[in-house]
Amino acid sequence: MPPRSIRWKSRAFDAAILVAPVIVSGFFLWLLADLLFQGSVYFWPSDSSAIQLSAIVDMLQHIVMFLTAEPEKAGREGGVGPILVSTGLILAVCMSVALPLGLGTAMLLSEFVSEASRFGRAVRRSLDILAGVPSIVFGLFGNAFFCQWLGLQFSILAGGLTLACMVLPLLVRAAEEGFRAVPQSQRHTAAALGFSRSSLVLRIILPQAAPGILAGLILGIGRALAETAALIFTSGYVDRMPQSLLDSGRAISVHIYDLSMNVPGGNSPAYASALVLVVLLVVLNFAAWWLVSRFLPRRSLS
Amino acid sequence: MSQQLMKFHLLLAVLLLWLVAGCGLSGSGQSDSDAETTRITLTGSSTIAPLANEIGKRFEAQHPHVRVDVQTGGSSRGVADVRRGLASIGMVSRELAERESDLQNFTIARDGVCLIVHESNPIESLTDEQVVAIYSGQADNWQDVGGSDAAITVVNKAEGRSTLELFCSYFKLDSKTIQADVVIGDNEQGIKTVAGNPGSIGYVSIGSAEFNREHGVPIKLLPIAGIAPSQARVADGSFPLARPLNLVTRETPTGVVQQFIEFAQSAEVHDLVEELSFVPLQ
Amino acid sequence: MSPSSKDRLLTTLLQALAAVVGLLVLLIFAFLIRESTPAMTQVGLSRFVADESWHPSADAAHGSFNLLPILAGTLLTSAGAILVAAPLGIFSAVFCQLYAPPSLGWLYRRMIELMAGVPSVVYGLWGLVVLVPWIAALHPPGPSLLAGIMILALMILPTVALLADAALASVPREYLQGAAALGLSRNTTTCQILLPAARSGLVTAVILALVRAIGETMAVLMVCGNVVRMPASLFDPVRTLTSTIALEMGYARDDHRAALFACGLVLLVAVAVLIVFAELFSRRKTHAAA
Repeated sequence: MPPRSIRWKSRAFDAAILVAPVIVSGFFLWLLADLLFQGSVYFWPSDSSAIQLSAIVDMLQHIVMFLTAEPEKAGREGGVGPILVSTGLILAVCMSVALPLGLGTAMLLSEFVSEASRFGRAVRRSLDILAGVPSIVFGLFGNAFFCQWLGLQFSILAGGLTLACMVLPLLVRAAEEGFRAVPQSQRHTAAALGFSRSSLVLRIILPQAAPGILAGLILGIGRALAETAALIFTSGYVDRMPQSLLDSGRAISVHIYDLSMNVPGGNSPAYASALVLVVLLVVLNFAAWWLVSRFLPRRSLS
Repeated sequence: MSQQLMKFHLLLAVLLLWLVAGCGLSGSGQSDSDAETTRITLTGSSTIAPLANEIGKRFEAQHPHVRVDVQTGGSSRGVADVRRGLASIGMVSRELAERESDLQNFTIARDGVCLIVHESNPIESLTDEQVVAIYSGQADNWQDVGGSDAAITVVNKAEGRSTLELFCSYFKLDSKTIQADVVIGDNEQGIKTVAGNPGSIGYVSIGSAEFNREHGVPIKLLPIAGIAPSQARVADGSFPLARPLNLVTRETPTGVVQQFIEFAQSAEVHDLVEELSFVPLQ
Repeated sequence: MSPSSKDRLLTTLLQALAAVVGLLVLLIFAFLIRESTPAMTQVGLSRFVADESWHPSADAAHGSFNLLPILAGTLLTSAGAILVAAPLGIFSAVFCQLYAPPSLGWLYRRMIELMAGVPSVVYGLWGLVVLVPWIAALHPPGPSLLAGIMILALMILPTVALLADAALASVPREYLQGAAALGLSRNTTTCQILLPAARSGLVTAVILALVRAIGETMAVLMVCGNVVRMPASLFDPVRTLTSTIALEMGYARDDHRAALFACGLVLLVAVAVLIVFAELFSRRKTHAAA
């Protein structure tokens, strides 16, 4: 039996490891519960106090209306339909720019460039720094470069391009993970069979890394959805249904900010919008998990 | 067909679809401009932005080929954008300064500013001297001004905000000398801060304070110089701390811009103004 | 096309893409330097530390530009946040990998991923409406360094946890199998073998999270109090570089505006220094073991 001091220390350590998730979950679940409660209160029909079937049906109808209708009375009534569409378009622009750039960079770093290469190290360093740029700086840069210098003005396109810059590091990292998961033996076999590098990467490695890349894409979408400061300065404030990518469009995080900080009585719809966003995140993250677990080899230790 | 080839074709199809959708979306924008869509851009004060947005929507409903785009950025940004031609109209939530007198000014509503404290604070009113003492740091306990024994948490607006300038000019304070415990950006942040701290005092738009108080937020509005804070007092001009909400243009407005400004000043939008807790012009 | 020319084509294409990515950072740097130059020439570096306070004006001669309390605000909130989030995050990762039953670990991981996607405004709003009154009841005013640290810690914890998780997962299985063969207990395995082996990945995780904390804007704006003053205690309000830019950019002109861009430049330089530091620590492997 080890001496008491060691037993005590090991118990304390075990306790510390177990306490950490409790503290983290405690605070986050507190936030989530608050969000859920305040958000659902907004949807609950105001004229019924008991939980009856008709009240639940009313609530569901209200939710559907909220997801599709235009905002009215500065967002306190109506819904977030156009805002969801704007957000979706911003994300689409973001991903369609970030994906080729990120995938290509990850491919280069992972398959074509050696560990010690100066170019590779410089690119990685740039990506890490990009990941650390404050969101407000991205907002100012996006406004100056995309909105003014490129002449896009306040637009979904400018917002999407700015977000692409922000999401790029995450995508590259996730794509690299995907590539790394492909066993080395396949590369050796391909070399032995006389495959060209490009065939190896495009036909063998890429399809296998696809789930990991997609998972990274989805997590990148999550990160992009969370962004506020950059979008206020680039995609703007207009909450109308956008008719082109050059229209200004309000993202849902900007909407939440405006409602909670600028509109009297906007608290409740702000929570409701936040709830919609969180539900969307849960769906996206679940999709990412499903892809990774289906197609990527198990990576954990236990 | 091999799996990889199928996946490649799938990717190509998705990309093509996206391109078509994107073109389709941009295309519809093009066809609108064939029918001469005029776009009016307003930038400036985030206080006025929700109101301008609502007025814009109502205007658009009456004028199908006009689009009113509202962006935020602050009153000074509104002035700067109008000067540089980046916006048709600027939204300025204060009186124009001397150096801005070259711009055309159109008031669309008025907004009073009042002091608020927490509901549980026994104080019913403060004299101007007491307010100055609190904000300049000379009085730091509610006892000093006739309340209970509790530290005063002074909530001040950030520099550059129109509300701060109005506050300082009325109470004859230099903003540099204000000793604040919390600095806030927008009105609602101020209301939430005061509601969360029983010993705090701040100043916000009367409209939003009244609205929040009616909906159960634990704040209390204080009179200024004996005059009770209410929208009615702001409307008749007797409330001392009030500011105009202005639309500004570089030159005399013509065409659609003129129509919009006249619409924004008309009685047709009084309900929108009141809904957002401002005072319409009589 | 011959294999080697196809390779060359692809390599060139990929190098072009990667170069765009690399140039992006340089572009941002160049942008910040250009916009902040008036601050360097008109205000001067010494005034940023020696002036009496932070009351900037459009004309450098009339304002005061002391950045030190604001710098302190950024430093203290970020350092405090990482001091809280790093152990919690690393322990969370260890929990997921070694201690938790698989279903609980799965749930916890999903929760952490969800935390990473929640917008900063939501964290800030919750902080303002729930956390700040709670702190105010403890010790006024409420919006404070403590509130900032707590909210920031909550926001960067997913970064630490997820990256640490990946770092722990890439420790070769043989190490743990060997530890099990030797009959080592779970916490000895963790402390003496797992954590040291994943050290470079863990340090990278912590530094990347720190970088994220330095750059956070909206949430600190809502809960920190934004008063430009050196905080004397955890309960005093602080202002960070990011909130200064956010609060003042709307109305700043000329030299004041340039000074704000200088703040942005300081942030970016700090981030770059930290990243290079992290690079010295990390050893990356590119391909999985066969």
